[in-house]
Amino acid sequence: METVEKKAGKTTEVREADRVVVRFSGDSGDGMQLTGMQFSDTAALLGNDISTFPDYPSEIRAPIGTVAGVSGFQVHFGSKEIFTSGDEYDVLVAMNAAALKVDLPKLKKGGFIIANTAGFDKKNLGLAQYPEGVNPLEDESLTNYTVLQVDVTRLTKEALADSGLGTKEIERSKNMFVLGVLFWMFDKPLDHTLKFIEEKFAKKPEIALANEKTLKAGWIYGENTEIFNTQFKVSAAKLPAGEYRSITGNHATAIGLLAAAEKSGLPLFLGSYPITPATDILHELSKYKANGVKTLQAEDEIAGICSAIGASYAGNLAITTTSGPGMALKTEALGLATMLEIPLVVVNVQRGGPSTGLPTKTEQSDLLMAMHGRHGEAPLPVIAASSPSDCFDMAYEACRIAIEHMTPVILLTDGYIANGSEPWLFPTEDKLAKISVKFLDTPNGENNVLLPYKRNENLVRPWIKPGTKGLEHRIGGLEKQNETGNVSYDAKNHETMTRLRAAKIEKIADFIPLAKPDSGKEKAKVLVLGWGSTAGSIKMVVREMIDEGADVAHVHLKYINPFPKNLGELLKGYEKVLIPEMNCGQLLQLIRAKYMVPAIGFSKVQGLPFTTAELKEKIKDLL
Amino acid sequence: METATENKLSPKDYASEMEVKWCPGCGDYSILKQVQTVFPDLGVPKENFAFISGIGCSSRFTYYMDTYGMHSIHGRAAAIASGVKAANPDLSVWIVSGDGDALSIGGNHFIHLMRKNFDVNYLVFNNQIYSLTKGQYSPTSERGKVTKSSPYGSIEEPFNPSELALGAKASFVARTLDRDPKHMQAVLKRAHAHKGTSFVEVYQNCPVFNDTAFFAFSDKETKKEEAILVEHGKPLIFGNNEEKGIKFEGLNPVIVTIKESGISPNDLWIHDEKDKTKANILSRFFDTTQHDDEFPRPFGIIYANERPIYDENLVAQIDTVKLKKGKTSLNKILSGEKTWSIN
Repeated sequence: METVEKKAGKTTEVREADRVVVRFSGDSGDGMQLTGMQFSDTAALLGNDISTFPDYPSEIRAPIGTVAGVSGFQVHFGSKEIFTSGDEYDVLVAMNAAALKVDLPKLKKGGFIIANTAGFDKKNLGLAQYPEGVNPLEDESLTNYTVLQVDVTRLTKEALADSGLGTKEIERSKNMFVLGVLFWMFDKPLDHTLKFIEEKFAKKPEIALANEKTLKAGWIYGENTEIFNTQFKVSAAKLPAGEYRSITGNHATAIGLLAAAEKSGLPLFLGSYPITPATDILHELSKYKANGVKTLQAEDEIAGICSAIGASYAGNLAITTTSGPGMALKTEALGLATMLEIPLVVVNVQRGGPSTGLPTKTEQSDLLMAMHGRHGEAPLPVIAASSPSDCFDMAYEACRIAIEHMTPVILLTDGYIANGSEPWLFPTEDKLAKISVKFLDTPNGENNVLLPYKRNENLVRPWIKPGTKGLEHRIGGLEKQNETGNVSYDAKNHETMTRLRAAKIEKIADFIPLAKPDSGKEKAKVLVLGWGSTAGSIKMVVREMIDEGADVAHVHLKYINPFPKNLGELLKGYEKVLIPEMNCGQLLQLIRAKYMVPAIGFSKVQGLPFTTAELKEKIKDLL
Repeated sequence: METATENKLSPKDYASEMEVKWCPGCGDYSILKQVQTVFPDLGVPKENFAFISGIGCSSRFTYYMDTYGMHSIHGRAAAIASGVKAANPDLSVWIVSGDGDALSIGGNHFIHLMRKNFDVNYLVFNNQIYSLTKGQYSPTSERGKVTKSSPYGSIEEPFNPSELALGAKASFVARTLDRDPKHMQAVLKRAHAHKGTSFVEVYQNCPVFNDTAFFAFSDKETKKEEAILVEHGKPLIFGNNEEKGIKFEGLNPVIVTIKESGISPNDLWIHDEKDKTKANILSRFFDTTQHDDEFPRPFGIIYANERPIYDENLVAQIDTVKLKKGKTSLNKILSGEKTWSIN
């Protein structure tokens, strides 16, 4: 925050800022997710780079006013490139006492608190379990912050006094008042949200009017009230030129799959059972019926993958989407798909585990399950997305690999990037890689004999659709005779087939990009080796440290099985290799085992992404 | 969809090259033969048949048919078949399963396939025993069954498959027997003709682990007393001399002797395939009435009533939305509704 200037009339300080983090926090029913999204979209539309982090409880409506029911939405926006949703916030919106209690620890010293005083009455203070007679807004506990007390509930009621709406509807509009205040505070126009309200409530004009009125009332309140005397100006970021849109990871995954279906010319089939935090992919793809997408909401996770196996067998681009517990249920069927050698994409949006674990919190703890979670020798390609928009690229890649190499592919994303959003310089159709599909339509062996497991130079067998005349044949989970695919219990044949299946997966390394540093050089004292959603935090820290003169580099893995061919060589260029993961060291095991390097793990299993501060501290220790 | 083949095939054309490896005397041989016998008459091009099976003796069936086929994993054939049919509704999809595969490990898929009503045929070979694992009681074994895993007798109540299927809203429920080839052929043809999930329970003898379990329904000396063949529009009559009939007393079926009681066949229960209430009672003849032992076991089409089909509706919905909204171009999908430019 740099320059200061004065405005006419009311004395308002205008601060220029490169980056600001705002945390919207309230009860699950307070509409914080929607408020945060609206604010973020507006910031993005005005050219800020953004990164968002919805952080909500797994209970849909936990008891109102309690700590368990607090739902947060964090947005980091700026005039510089943004890679994370921010370690700490500059502004905390606390709709009630519980929200303040939960989120105060990560508010920067000197930060702003916008507190809805109606949420700090005796009842709410009690529900938030503040001791009898203690109100943080009235004691000395918040002296390190600038506290802006606003009776949002009362002001909303006043704004809507003659709207004719009931108390309940009026209550529901109070998030718009807060949003109005925030728009004033960050000098953002209301247009985008006004348009959103108009569209969302097109069929309920009285509700649309109420929201519009409340939003404007909030802005006017900020403009006129003495307590609001600071405005922030965050200029547009210098992002690469082009057309942008805002996208969440799950949305990007969905359209990545759609794009692969369109480019390959295959019909898209999704067999899926709803599970947090993966369900949005099912929601999104279900909207595309007009593009011929078939979505089947299966009776369970097993039927989700099995229906996809059936659809793939019948010649569709077949997908199943899930999260940890569902992944566990799909393992037997994954073995079948491995044995059948048919294309299949399994998306695992990881969450905290084991068991039900932390359904709405993020973790990277399913890597080893993705690698090894099948009985028998059953290697599969495993790839991982590193940011919300990267989910598009990796979903597309998953489809390409599955189809071109006739194999199930596991795509790992996680709750952090699945729900988080960022501006995306989206591609046009012509920029997408080609995906070649070939169905066998005549016998491929000598003397007009069909050999369903005869492999091409990449060890890939042909895809044969039922309905193709003259190619009737049987496949299954029993071990197959090489080439003919007939059932075989022959000892040596089993070893041959096991090794062929593994070699086919290894061969994929010839068709993926080589590893290279995202930041820093190919030789350095410390390499930070990451995978998945830690990309943003690592990138931010490593770039900052390089600017400060540190001898550090960052390599981010998107392809984990097989690893890029040059990874072993690349690792040799660094004295120390640090692997930060939101698990207890899973990539660490893989890297140590495969390359025999004494990599150092840095793990965090709190259901939360790494903060840049903790990463920086760890890297410094190694320099 | 399915069109007649140019040159009619013979049953032999449906036999694969694989050597059949069921035990001598296994009821599965008869089922395979009947399926191969009726297939040339179904008017489906050979390449459009797809067999999907699970695990168990019954599920090896797939390997013996020269059609497309997938021998999958235990209990999941129905779930896989749902994906095959959804992806390509032109295929004639046949699920082959056993009492353990369909009703125990695959129970969830069994009920949901019926509920969703995919247009597939579901053959369950019921031998009331686990055979491939060498003789444990199954979910259709009778209470008290002594097996290797129940040396003191099973303490479990068995499923009644047709009752379960009706409870799961099956649109076609039939029962037939390995030892009655003609009856089985007729049932298979009806199952194929029915649009929607056709559930066919086939009583199948396991000569090794549960021999003669169903012989009472096929042996000359007993079958007329123990079995009743139900036919649409015909009265329920059985007995060595066709002297017994079944009629309703209130909501309860009772057995009457036709001549003695002065009752004519017209006064008896007339089988109506489309009557779900009667089908429910019929399906429970042998395990919930007060006269378990007296009632004969019904064979034939217990229930057949068409209703909306999942795979047809899936396609119809796509067509409707296509007409209404039109396809979104890939570039439009990529850009979404709201974009902004940075120069």
